[in-house]
Amino acid sequence: MFKKILTGLGRSALPVLAAFGLIAGAQAADGVKIGSFLAVTGGASFLGDPEKKTLEMYVEQINKNGGVLGKPVELIVYDSATSPKDAVTFVKRLIEEDEVDVIVGGTTTGETMAVINEVQDAGMPFISLAGAGVIVDPVKKWVFKTPHTDGLAVEKIFIDMKENGLTKVGVLSGSGGFDQSCHGNVLKLAPKYGIEIVADETHGKGDTDMTPQLTKIKNTPGVQAFLYCGFGAPTSIVAKNYKQIGMTIPHYQTHGSASQKFIDGADGAAEGVRLPAAALLVVDQLPASNPQKKVAGDYKNAYETRYKDQISTFGGHAYDGLFIAVEAIERAGSTDKEKVREEIEKTKNFIGADGIFNMSPTDHLGLGPDSFVMVEVSDGTWKLLK
Amino acid sequence: MLAEFLQFLFSGVTVGATYALVGLGFSIIYNSSHVINFAQGEFVMIAGMSTVSLLALGLPMPIAILIAVMITTAVGLLLEKLAVEPARDASIVTLIIITIGASIFLRGAAEVIWGRDFHSVPPFTTNDPILVGGAALLPQTVWIVLATLVIIAGLWWFFNRTLTGKAMLATAYNPMVSRLMGINTKFILSLSFGLAAMLGGTAGILIAPISLTYPSVGVMLGLKGFCAAILGGLGNPMGAIAGGLIVGVSEAMTAGYISSAYKDAVAFIIILAVLIVIPSGLFGARGTERV
Repeated sequence: MFKKILTGLGRSALPVLAAFGLIAGAQAADGVKIGSFLAVTGGASFLGDPEKKTLEMYVEQINKNGGVLGKPVELIVYDSATSPKDAVTFVKRLIEEDEVDVIVGGTTTGETMAVINEVQDAGMPFISLAGAGVIVDPVKKWVFKTPHTDGLAVEKIFIDMKENGLTKVGVLSGSGGFDQSCHGNVLKLAPKYGIEIVADETHGKGDTDMTPQLTKIKNTPGVQAFLYCGFGAPTSIVAKNYKQIGMTIPHYQTHGSASQKFIDGADGAAEGVRLPAAALLVVDQLPASNPQKKVAGDYKNAYETRYKDQISTFGGHAYDGLFIAVEAIERAGSTDKEKVREEIEKTKNFIGADGIFNMSPTDHLGLGPDSFVMVEVSDGTWKLLK
Repeated sequence: MLAEFLQFLFSGVTVGATYALVGLGFSIIYNSSHVINFAQGEFVMIAGMSTVSLLALGLPMPIAILIAVMITTAVGLLLEKLAVEPARDASIVTLIIITIGASIFLRGAAEVIWGRDFHSVPPFTTNDPILVGGAALLPQTVWIVLATLVIIAGLWWFFNRTLTGKAMLATAYNPMVSRLMGINTKFILSLSFGLAAMLGGTAGILIAPISLTYPSVGVMLGLKGFCAAILGGLGNPMGAIAGGLIVGVSEAMTAGYISSAYKDAVAFIIILAVLIVIPSGLFGARGTERV
């Protein structure tokens, strides 16, 4: 019943959206069409909303500067409402009815994975904005992505631990999808970096106290550092419990904690926590020699001036996706899908908000662990390390 | 060794006391209507979120807490008036489903009003842990335990020494006879929702400094509180308290001594084991079939 109502709503919204598409289409008869489906509403709306705003802002700017290949760019955005099912519907529509040239979208991993068959069968270049590594591993011919993966974050953390001579690590992870994927990468990548996992604890969904797990890690002989794989409120609870039971070994978390909410929620207990984050988070502190400083700084200024809202790293994924697509079309000299796909794959030294992209036929993400910077919480804000 | 044990015990008691307070709410509503109110966890959330908003307005902590509990109580009363009472002739199962719907609605409304982010509430007193035998005890834990004791005493007094409280108990035993004796059972039903919301709200504010607060914080707390009430025997307030502490401490001990992976499983195994041996729960009324 509930599902029926939802689908009904989706259906009634379609003609309205389509009408917008038609009007826009009439104005730009043979422009470059960029299609997108984003989770503007639903569970992941805090990701989808800044992504949509970013795409709209920059397509406007591109058109002001003469468009792509001398043609205006038309952006068609559908709200897939954090639903993989809706995502499939909208991607079919983008391919068959709107006949877009490239798709930049897919806020969540669920929505992205659901449409992979559609874009692969149709031969549609697709740049996803979702996090998980499975999207591009194994490599799929037509599918690319821009956000860092949790595997990269874990590698960055291990590199930092190595540099500080920390090799015996206690790990605590939550039970969510992100947490488990991160935990899997920790176990997989530890031997590569000579890290030994001496304690491996978990906590449940909605748990409010992690002191038993932390006490166990604290009392593990030889433990030199602590890593927490998790997301949301537990990140702050862990930081609080950690200080509460007087743990002093270096405390690492992942980019899942890279939000001011983590610092505020921990009530001062987040001080000293280290984590890998996108350069966008500490753009003001980047040295002038860092090539990302200008790109990320400009994006931050433009977004915050226009929307009077704090920038998020999620909008940065959309920025990178859009410009990788636009530059590929420019290099291809046409909107021929096979050529555009080849050019996206050849993206080299693209300086984006998430890092410097170098794609290849075997790497459809193009980022390495060096695309993260290590930050530490200091005086209630982020401090760039080194 | 002792320090480790004490640390696990403190963690278990803190968490267990919150399960107990949530479980109490289940028991009170069950007593007066035989309905399991699955929106109980949402009362916890509403109180926590309201406190955050009121503190942000610059109100002093005690006043913010008082208003937040009042808001939550009002939500409980409204829930009864608008959702449960109009359907009071429906079967118990229907009423339970209504409360599930209400919980989804309240969670959705909270996301619209307060957003999806998590917020912290400052602890009532200091945040510096007290060291007891080498284990860290948070002052907030002391607050939670003290408040739970006060609430237990208050409830005991209410149910055993006041006419309204006795009327509630009478309604629990036999609504029909109670009505014939001149007890306004409709009022009792409203009162039980108000009281349950007040308890849930108090629990929410007590634990917010430890658990943080966010729209879905009530889901798991509600479920664990329900387990506490079942384990102790539905309808028995003291049972809910004991049940909460048993679930909380066994979770902490499992996480500490066995493996955190089995933490939730062990708590549920204890509940299953108890229910198989004593189906009415540890302190539940022994059901006797009269022929």
